[in-house]
Amino acid sequence: MKQKQLVDSPYEKKGDIIVQNKSRRKFFTQAAGLASIAAFAAACDKDDNNMSGAVDLGTGDFGILNYAYALEQLEAAFYTQVVATPYSGMNAVETSFMTDIRDHEIAHREFFKAALGTMAIKALEVDFSTITFTSRDSVLATAKAFEDLGVTAYNGAGYLIKDANYLLLAGKIVSVEARHAALIRELIAANSFLGDSVDSNSVNLSRTPDEVLAIAGTYIKTKINASNLPKG
Amino acid sequence: MNIITILEDIEKVDGEVYERLSPRRKAMKEFFSFGSKAALTAIPLGLGAMLNKAYGQTVPAGVINVLQYALTLEHFEYRFYERGATLAPIPAGAEKTAIEAIRDSEKKHVDFLKLVITGAGATPVAEKANYDFTAMGTFPTVFTSYATFLAVAQVLEDTGVRAYKGRAGELLGQKVYLTAALGIHAVEARHAAKIRYMRRLNGQAPTMKPWITGGNDTGIAAANGNYGGTIPESNVNQAGVIITNIAGVGGNISVNAATEAFDEPLTAAEVLALVAPFGVS
Repeated sequence: MKQKQLVDSPYEKKGDIIVQNKSRRKFFTQAAGLASIAAFAAACDKDDNNMSGAVDLGTGDFGILNYAYALEQLEAAFYTQVVATPYSGMNAVETSFMTDIRDHEIAHREFFKAALGTMAIKALEVDFSTITFTSRDSVLATAKAFEDLGVTAYNGAGYLIKDANYLLLAGKIVSVEARHAALIRELIAANSFLGDSVDSNSVNLSRTPDEVLAIAGTYIKTKINASNLPKG
Repeated sequence: MNIITILEDIEKVDGEVYERLSPRRKAMKEFFSFGSKAALTAIPLGLGAMLNKAYGQTVPAGVINVLQYALTLEHFEYRFYERGATLAPIPAGAEKTAIEAIRDSEKKHVDFLKLVITGAGATPVAEKANYDFTAMGTFPTVFTSYATFLAVAQVLEDTGVRAYKGRAGELLGQKVYLTAALGIHAVEARHAAKIRYMRRLNGQAPTMKPWITGGNDTGIAAANGNYGGTIPESNVNQAGVIITNIAGVGGNISVNAATEAFDEPLTAAEVLALVAPFGVS
């Protein structure tokens, strides 16, 4: 906490003044210096679970991977519950689809956990109290929200990734999330595989980490601190 | 993507961004604030060009190259559906509606990429005058058999997903261009899932899943290459993590689930070799 305060206060106080009064070149130089100090400080207090017990996703590419890991934890927990307590009227085909998706999400979650190693955030506590698992409508609506959210999350964070190998891994996963999203949408209504998931150019929407976590937060009890993620 | 967000982000590091872009800052802000819908669609419309002009930079040739590659493939995909919707014996109703929706989606990608490329200061590649949708006789019934048409559609969509994925790394850190490419990539995956599900529902491929299982799961041997490559769809090793060693529910993750859970890339050379028989280059 001490390190954070030391770094944060001058950054915030001086930020505007620098932008307004000094040359752009000088601003960039100083901002870069401060950013690296901030990154160092964030790395130091990563395990502290500061900010009133919030889990810190961390910085840089590991931060983005932890962000993805958090979302995959949410999805895996959801589908595990869906398969364990099927909604009324779940037929054999739907059961096999839900089981497939559950396994995909577990694979994603465990992949990130293994890849992150000691940098991985802890297991998150979910809150599914708003979901009626006995209701097909409730489950599919939630599944649609999660899958569409996941796609916008990966798409919106892609440019923040610095290492091409990590970007490729994110790309390998996001298209599978998009396949899930399309299928879930079709289970709800025929020919809704695109719907409001795309803009007028038929390009999938994207969201910033803050936007995504604000939505996902409804279903995650553990507080998440995303403030150290790259800002682009 | 939201142009206001982009401009605000730039403003954080360069307070004079609006002045650089236009001396009439107020007009600029009003233009982009003209309803969120308009702002969302307006992003590619010369944004790249405006920023480049403002900062005296050019878009890297590598970025342009990827965009032209994407446009080359989208030209072909659009014509495939445009011709197919007219010629192929697609049942009227929901299936016809789906094919027309995908056709329209591909057309939007073509138009979008043309704008992005133009905005980036380059000339969009022209579409080919003719394509060979039979792939030099490999699919002679592509527009006379609905089953063949849908099977080829599935192969093309899955290949499109792999094509975008394979070149994402060349757009590393490019907020506008990478986000746009990823946005199209996801839509191609949605198309692929839909086509696959259609084939299952209409009985042409009764066990087909919306995701790629094992490798070439299309039932068409001629498409083996579309699911192979340097990193084949059958891959279960992700960055050193063997996915089939992961504990699932009641046992390890199966080979099927492990291959389904990760789509794999194709290199540009691999894709261009696969589409060459269709007259795409």
